[in-house]
Amino acid sequence: MLRTMGLRSIEDLFADIPASVRIPNLDLPDGLPEDVVVARVTSMLSANRTVVDMPTFLGGGLYDHFVPASVRAITGRSEFYTSYTPYQPEISQGMLQALWEYQSLICELTGMDGANTSMYDGSTALGEAARMAHRIHGGRIFLIPRALRHNRRAVLTNYLVGTGMEIREVDYDRETGMLDLGELKGALSPDVCGIYMENPNFFGRFEEGLEEVRGLTQAVFVVGVNPIAQAVVRPPGDFGADIVIGEGQPLGTQMNFGGPLLGIFACRQEHIRKMPGRVIGLTCDVNGDRAFCMTLQTREQHIRREKAMSNICTNESLLAIAAAAYLSILGANGLRRVAAENVRRARDLAAAIDKIPGFTAPIFRGAHFNEFVVRHENGYAAVHRFLLEKGVHGGMPLTRQLPELGDAALFATTGRHTPEAIARLLKALEAAP
Amino acid sequence: MSFRQAYWAEPLLLDKHSRPDEPVDLAGLIPAKLQREHLAIPNLAEHDVVRHFTRLSQMNFGIDTGFYPLGSCTMKFNPKFTEELAALPTVARIHPDQDESTVQGALRLLYELQHMLATIAGMDAVTLQPAAGAQGEYTGLLLAQAYHRDRGEERHQVILPDTAHGTNFASAGMLGFDIVEIPSKDGRVDLKALESAVGEKTLAFMLTNPNTLGIFEQHVLEIAQVVHAAGGLLYYDGANFNAILGRTSPGRMNFDIVHFNLHKTFTTPHGGGGPGAGPVGVKKPLEPFLPVPLVQVNGRGYHLDYDRPKSIGKVRAWYGNFALLVRAYAYILRMGGNGLKEVSDHAVLNANYIMHRLNGVLDVPFGGLRKHEFVASASRLATKGVRTVDIAKRLMDYGYHPPTVYFPHLVEEALMIEPTETETKETLDGFVDALTKIVNEDPGVLHSAPHNTSVRRVDEVRAAREPILSARMAGRKAPRS
Repeated sequence: MLRTMGLRSIEDLFADIPASVRIPNLDLPDGLPEDVVVARVTSMLSANRTVVDMPTFLGGGLYDHFVPASVRAITGRSEFYTSYTPYQPEISQGMLQALWEYQSLICELTGMDGANTSMYDGSTALGEAARMAHRIHGGRIFLIPRALRHNRRAVLTNYLVGTGMEIREVDYDRETGMLDLGELKGALSPDVCGIYMENPNFFGRFEEGLEEVRGLTQAVFVVGVNPIAQAVVRPPGDFGADIVIGEGQPLGTQMNFGGPLLGIFACRQEHIRKMPGRVIGLTCDVNGDRAFCMTLQTREQHIRREKAMSNICTNESLLAIAAAAYLSILGANGLRRVAAENVRRARDLAAAIDKIPGFTAPIFRGAHFNEFVVRHENGYAAVHRFLLEKGVHGGMPLTRQLPELGDAALFATTGRHTPEAIARLLKALEAAP
Repeated sequence: MSFRQAYWAEPLLLDKHSRPDEPVDLAGLIPAKLQREHLAIPNLAEHDVVRHFTRLSQMNFGIDTGFYPLGSCTMKFNPKFTEELAALPTVARIHPDQDESTVQGALRLLYELQHMLATIAGMDAVTLQPAAGAQGEYTGLLLAQAYHRDRGEERHQVILPDTAHGTNFASAGMLGFDIVEIPSKDGRVDLKALESAVGEKTLAFMLTNPNTLGIFEQHVLEIAQVVHAAGGLLYYDGANFNAILGRTSPGRMNFDIVHFNLHKTFTTPHGGGGPGAGPVGVKKPLEPFLPVPLVQVNGRGYHLDYDRPKSIGKVRAWYGNFALLVRAYAYILRMGGNGLKEVSDHAVLNANYIMHRLNGVLDVPFGGLRKHEFVASASRLATKGVRTVDIAKRLMDYGYHPPTVYFPHLVEEALMIEPTETETKETLDGFVDALTKIVNEDPGVLHSAPHNTSVRRVDEVRAAREPILSARMAGRKAPRS
């Protein structure tokens, strides 16, 4: 090849890099054989204790649901996972149809008309939704619940830099854990461009006032959902939501120590041209046969550049395929069973914890999905340490985020906890100091 | 090569026969006014679902299917052993909120990867948090803003060359910065134009080197001097990192901030559009502003450091796309310092070889060497009524994924070709032979291409005019023309 080009050595190909910026080599060890790398990385990672090794009751946005092996078999098709963004529709119909079906399934779950193919995660979906609310409405203030996971709020803050927007918090009712509608009324003004609520909310509590909130204001109504819960509760579309977002990880993706995740993003038809991200549209080819392609690209960075709705380019498409596969394999029947089972198990676990002297669970009355807040009369921190010593990972401490709850914790359960795992937790809690 | 893509008239999931809905008793579980009565997701046999997606996959082209020289996207072989590692329960089934003592393996891997990437880029510190390259840009610009503010300066001008990736403009635009675009001269940054653009409001100059023409910006140290003299920062867009591994580094070129695209250079699979990973490296003065948490180590082990008072905060939940970071880490171990240098050797060799053979078949504006990619122009075929889009569509009939087309904008009828290092001479020759044949084909054949793909040329105008983004919007009926 060098000869064809009239060159003598590889070095000739780098003659355009001046000596002043050259480096002699990379200060890294030499490469290793594949089997050595596999052994070394496997061994390093074996220092992790998985949720299999250790009953774990963490949720807070990510959940350990069972994922049928068929989901991985589907996303493991290398025609899918080794392809790039489907810029050339004729040769990418498989990915395009699968992503369009994902959009359709998300619309069905949420009651929206259009969805994009994904945002990076639930938190960036929230950031993008707030920006979109501002584009639609023009107002400057975006209202969020005080009961919002701090990492979501932190990301939202960074997504609003440069927009001139301001975030204001709406408190929750201390009895029910639901958004305080009185507080919300007080916070409303013509400058409020959007209101964000979650259902179920951060405490795992179902919000019962969505319809009332819609009636209170013309601002853009953004609802964050747990997609599995949507199988058994009326979707935000029923209550007049404009935008629905959420963390899609529960739909067929493992927790993966927090990434990759799936940002769900859907909206009503009237807003689709203001939506960020890649979207797939239905069309036909020159023969009139059904076909799919990326569409509304004039909203996007490679066409609109600095006027784009978002800078997002690479997204989480493969996880969207996993979600579509997961939803199709379970079907409505399976998904509704899983969702109902989550509610039942969380309710039963909370009741069992509540029976243990010193504990209150859940601290908010009313219906929860698959997590709930637990309090211990002497504080949770010592309980948490004790559980870890016993090989059980308790819920997420809330002290730093919501100190007013007085050293409480958020416990989650899914259909995946075995009776033995639950028994180990309860036994350890009973023995806790 | 001859190629015929599979075609299945595969119905939509929603149009398949569904088993009846079964009642679910929600009484006592969900308040009555919140209960959902119906969910229109079909109840299918698992086997039929697997078949559905398998058929769809057969109507999709990946790098495991064939040559995919998509410029600036670095579609190289995705090694299979990294897929196995990423699927380990010790990766997949750990929760990011677990106590640090229970995830020491994961934290150690992240810690070591931070250092490996810093070494490769010649930077002092790295955050692994950003989910993709564009988010890396966004993070980098936030860091630049925080750095200037910490010094009591409000700067809001971002300078970009006309060869910059579209995401550079969009990232700066999202942050509300003023964008100044400077024209290139002979395919490189025009130093004079840069000198007259910079000033006391300059936040940063964003550059990829080699640039999107595949040309190395030889005057990069002078560029750095101009930007730094004005008090601005120099940002390295790492999309083209595959060209320079072990030869030079952004740090050595006096860049202050760099983002990596692990789904390009470090070969985590693109997944049909994502996930990716876009870590960001910085020089020492910017380290205090990096997102929280960073992974650190002390006598008690690895831990997540949130005690960073000057941090910009977070750009996404948790710590980054961990399962991708595992793949990139394993890839770097496999290649080593020596192997990574060879990656760039072969990537550059392959790009220059194709360019050499294609020169004359198509035009290649700007002379000299290229690095990992080059841009050709099909404008000479305009007299035959043939455009780049026709060539791109026709390439599919020969079993090749088309290059990036119509980018960068300063080249008319552009085809941006990046072969990567994992292709053999045989593949490169086959591609050049196909292109040579195509430019001499009857224009009619090109205009009606592709012929051998699952569907024929797709009506993208119609899709945008009447957007149908879901079965709901379609009324579950596919349109016929």
